[in-house]
Amino acid sequence: MRQSNVYVITFSIILTVVLGLLLSGTSQILGPKQKVAIELDTKKQILGAVMDIEGEQDILGLYQKRISSFVVDANGEIVEKNEKGETLIAENVDVAKNYKKAPEDRLYPVFKFHAEGNEDDVESYILPLYGAGLWDAIWGYLALDTDFNTIKGVVFAHAGETPGLGARITEDGVQARYDGKQIFDENGELVAVEMMKGEGKDYSDDPHKVDGMSGATITANGVNAMLKNYISHYQPYISKAKSGGDAVAIK
Amino acid sequence: MSTETIDKPVVKESEALLSKRRRKLISDPLNDDNPVTVQVLGICSALAVTTQMKPTLVMAISVIFVVVMSNLAISLLRNTIPSRVRIIVQLAVVATLVTLVSEFLKAFAYDMYKELSVFIGLIITNCIVMGRLEAFALGNKPYDSILDGFGSALGYAWIILAVAFFREIWGSGSVFGYKVFEEVFGANIATNGLMVSPVGAFIILGLIIWVQRTKTGYVEHN
Repeated sequence: MRQSNVYVITFSIILTVVLGLLLSGTSQILGPKQKVAIELDTKKQILGAVMDIEGEQDILGLYQKRISSFVVDANGEIVEKNEKGETLIAENVDVAKNYKKAPEDRLYPVFKFHAEGNEDDVESYILPLYGAGLWDAIWGYLALDTDFNTIKGVVFAHAGETPGLGARITEDGVQARYDGKQIFDENGELVAVEMMKGEGKDYSDDPHKVDGMSGATITANGVNAMLKNYISHYQPYISKAKSGGDAVAIK
Repeated sequence: MSTETIDKPVVKESEALLSKRRRKLISDPLNDDNPVTVQVLGICSALAVTTQMKPTLVMAISVIFVVVMSNLAISLLRNTIPSRVRIIVQLAVVATLVTLVSEFLKAFAYDMYKELSVFIGLIITNCIVMGRLEAFALGNKPYDSILDGFGSALGYAWIILAVAFFREIWGSGSVFGYKVFEEVFGANIATNGLMVSPVGAFIILGLIIWVQRTKTGYVEHN
């Protein structure tokens, strides 16, 4: 009896349904909690680009007080509604999904880090980054000073870089190499910042180069391409914000 | 499968909750029949997650949960599972449990989830899990299966924690993220980059197996 086809099929169906219900139930119950966790993680990364959040308890409160955000398109114009007419929230713009679209169709979130309680007193502009490392996607946030040139900080994250090699882009020591570097040259041309091959050299007098990661040149190349690529997409907004003062930048 | 099915002893009604035989179910895999060092199973994740103690501990707990629960589930179903599809049934149960672990981590320990996500998923392919199901749970009662699963998973857990301990202290100079080297020797102690890469895990694991086999006198027979 236990070997008959009917028994095998019935058993399989019952098992599938039971396990399926268990999984979908869990997913339903934990869904909201996971959403909060992801939101917290995103906000941690954004804040991490401009400040040391180690041991910070109230990330969400801090974020609410210090960050305001909006979305621009490829021409640097502020977009308030998506195609469906819903109000756009910069935090909900999925950079990874937008990365799959053509650059001119993408939405580009901008996060302003401002003094507590005063949205106009901007201290830095934080822009998301997205690209490809050696094995998988890499992403991060770039914090620029109000001159839109000097880097105030970066955070990088990755999906599957090699631990101890490419994965080192998440280390504070590596990210700190970008602090104070500049993305435009004297003529205002975008050169971004290049992570060099090899490690242990001093690039402190070159504003467009940082020390590399030994054994992770391809990840470093990915980071370089990501920086240049994403800054270039934000360039229309940057030039507008620079010439028009804050008029464009304020909602 | 490198283990042999443990002959099912006749269990008397009055067997103690932790009789000698049952204690052996737990203690054997810790040393004499360790799944990692003796049976050489689960090596993949032993190499991958052991750069630091903290993710290793989460991984160990996850594996304990999955092995114990899948052993329990399969043992409860052992008289109803059609033998022709038993591997698929085992796989479905294990995959479900692993997904549950992954979902819980995502909700309650997102940082760990980010760090471990791929490897949590790969618990499905950890030979220890299926090995215990095939070799033990299919032929034994639920309570014994729980003990057996717990023992095997614990055997796996202590090995990967030991590997992680040496890799973290030599590779990063810390234990559970606490900077031991800095505290003891001052800031400028060089760490060994080899320990951070998977090669370091091979070396540590090899040394542990060497020491253990020297002590137990275990030799592999062809």
